[in-house]
Amino acid sequence: MSTSSTTIAVTPSSRSYTLGELMVATAAREIHDGEVVFVGMRLPLIAFVVAKKTHAPSAVGLFENGVIRSTPAPELIYTMADPPNILGATQCLDMLGVMSLLQSGRVHLGFLGAAEVDRFGNLNSTEVRGPRGLTRLPGSGGACDIASLAHRFVVLLDHSKQRLPGRVSYMTSPGNGDGQGWRQRVGLPRGGPAAVITTKAVLRFDESGEAYLASLHPGVEAADVVANTGWPLRTSDSLSQTPAPSAEELRAIREYDKEGFWTT
Amino acid sequence: MSKLRSMHDAIADLVPDGASVALGLQMEQMIPFAAGHEIIRQQKRGLTLVGPISDTLFDQLIGAGCAEKVIAAWVGNVMMGSAYNFRRAVEEGGLKVVNLTNFAVALALQAGAMGVPFFPTRTARGSDTARGNEFFAEIESPFPLGRGESSREQEKLHAVRAITPDVTIVHVQRADREGNAHCWGNFGVMIEGIRAAKRVIVVAEEIVAAEVIASDPNRTVIPGFLVNAVVECAYGAHPSPVQGYYKRDDAFFRQYHEQTKTKQDSDAWLSRWVHGVTDRRAYMNQLGGCRVDDLGVKQHAYAAQADFGY
Repeated sequence: MSTSSTTIAVTPSSRSYTLGELMVATAAREIHDGEVVFVGMRLPLIAFVVAKKTHAPSAVGLFENGVIRSTPAPELIYTMADPPNILGATQCLDMLGVMSLLQSGRVHLGFLGAAEVDRFGNLNSTEVRGPRGLTRLPGSGGACDIASLAHRFVVLLDHSKQRLPGRVSYMTSPGNGDGQGWRQRVGLPRGGPAAVITTKAVLRFDESGEAYLASLHPGVEAADVVANTGWPLRTSDSLSQTPAPSAEELRAIREYDKEGFWTT
Repeated sequence: MSKLRSMHDAIADLVPDGASVALGLQMEQMIPFAAGHEIIRQQKRGLTLVGPISDTLFDQLIGAGCAEKVIAAWVGNVMMGSAYNFRRAVEEGGLKVVNLTNFAVALALQAGAMGVPFFPTRTARGSDTARGNEFFAEIESPFPLGRGESSREQEKLHAVRAITPDVTIVHVQRADREGNAHCWGNFGVMIEGIRAAKRVIVVAEEIVAAEVIASDPNRTVIPGFLVNAVVECAYGAHPSPVQGYYKRDDAFFRQYHEQTKTKQDSDAWLSRWVHGVTDRRAYMNQLGGCRVDDLGVKQHAYAAQADFGY
């Protein structure tokens, strides 16, 4: 650590890791050893692999196409149904089976992406209506199911005012609704958002169901995060810095995503 | 009785205009692209497309003007994000979309498969996905919770409406002439989709003797009596992967993303890869021998034998 009081904010490009690598390592740390994880698409595919190769060797991965894995896929995958994700799987069955495990409460953690995440961790991946009219997005996929039924879920997305509005324009997947007690009231059995990992920070949720700023990525100022969030974002009293990826985590990421498809 | 048909005849006879068609049921594996392309070539119109996530096949059918309605959880290009024909069709109006979740698609097909009008679930409670959606209804459990004082409380659930597609099209590794089919890898919602359908088309990489299928009945995912047509079509799922036959052509999905950003570009893509080829063999020739070789299995990984003797 520098002892200088005038440290220069370092841009991610001058660091020894990319923002994508930081997000993947941060996501991987959300997986506790021994947990059952609903992995999802894109960055989480690699976060699961990194967790398995570092601190969570006993984690089990469920994929909504019906695959259950207790070992990481032997090589990089772009989708959960790529042949390396089938080879050596624990079980290859159907969606109804893994979704049933999710509904009956066997899944600890699920990962999601979204176009918008709001103050209460509700997600939109269906459509955005803005000044330029309607923008149609791909849709829920399994996101609404994971948000509804996992014991907790973690979201990854770019940090901007547009992506983090006070209220999502369409609630594809339920977070904490309008606050404390909402999930129980509408008939959701459990769960809710645990963290939102953005390109600037990590947000977490307290008993009120509202997000607060929990940690800043290295080189990012709190004011920058607040200014780029669509509601008055509260800051944790114990605001910390998101730990940089360790050498072990970076090795696991780079061994896997050799060309940096997901992480550059 | 042999149900072997050419792709042309199977699609011509079993996919009428206005039909609801379930396809792409095994998620990103074994997507019946060859069958989809034949639907486009035959200029089918007014179809309702049913599936959980379609990768790019629904986008192609929409771009070609075949679809009037989509009942799906996700429509896009899994590796790259959005799919442009779908976006244009929704944003400019015209295409009807029923937004489901993956679990809801599975439950709707399961209800159809079981011959019941709906299936209960806890998913999507409180979400906009379920609000005003003709496939979701709020119901109360007819049974008490059974937790002491709260036992009189009725649990609120969602009912997901059954789907019974007019035709389900699946791609598998191998089938016999009667349609008994083996598949391995991930199944997604194919089993429910076959049982729920009024008619079934099985597209297989290989047609094998009935004895091959009967030698391993646990690997049989489709009993032939549910099948109306069997089509032999090697590489019929390209660019999606078929476990043990060929890998995913990632570059093809990337190129599709780059080459279909405008309506004009998309039309050019369809001219080249669908209308410009008469069948799958011509399509593979256009893809080129080197590329096809590269997609092939490099290291075989056979399962241990299972002894069915007694």
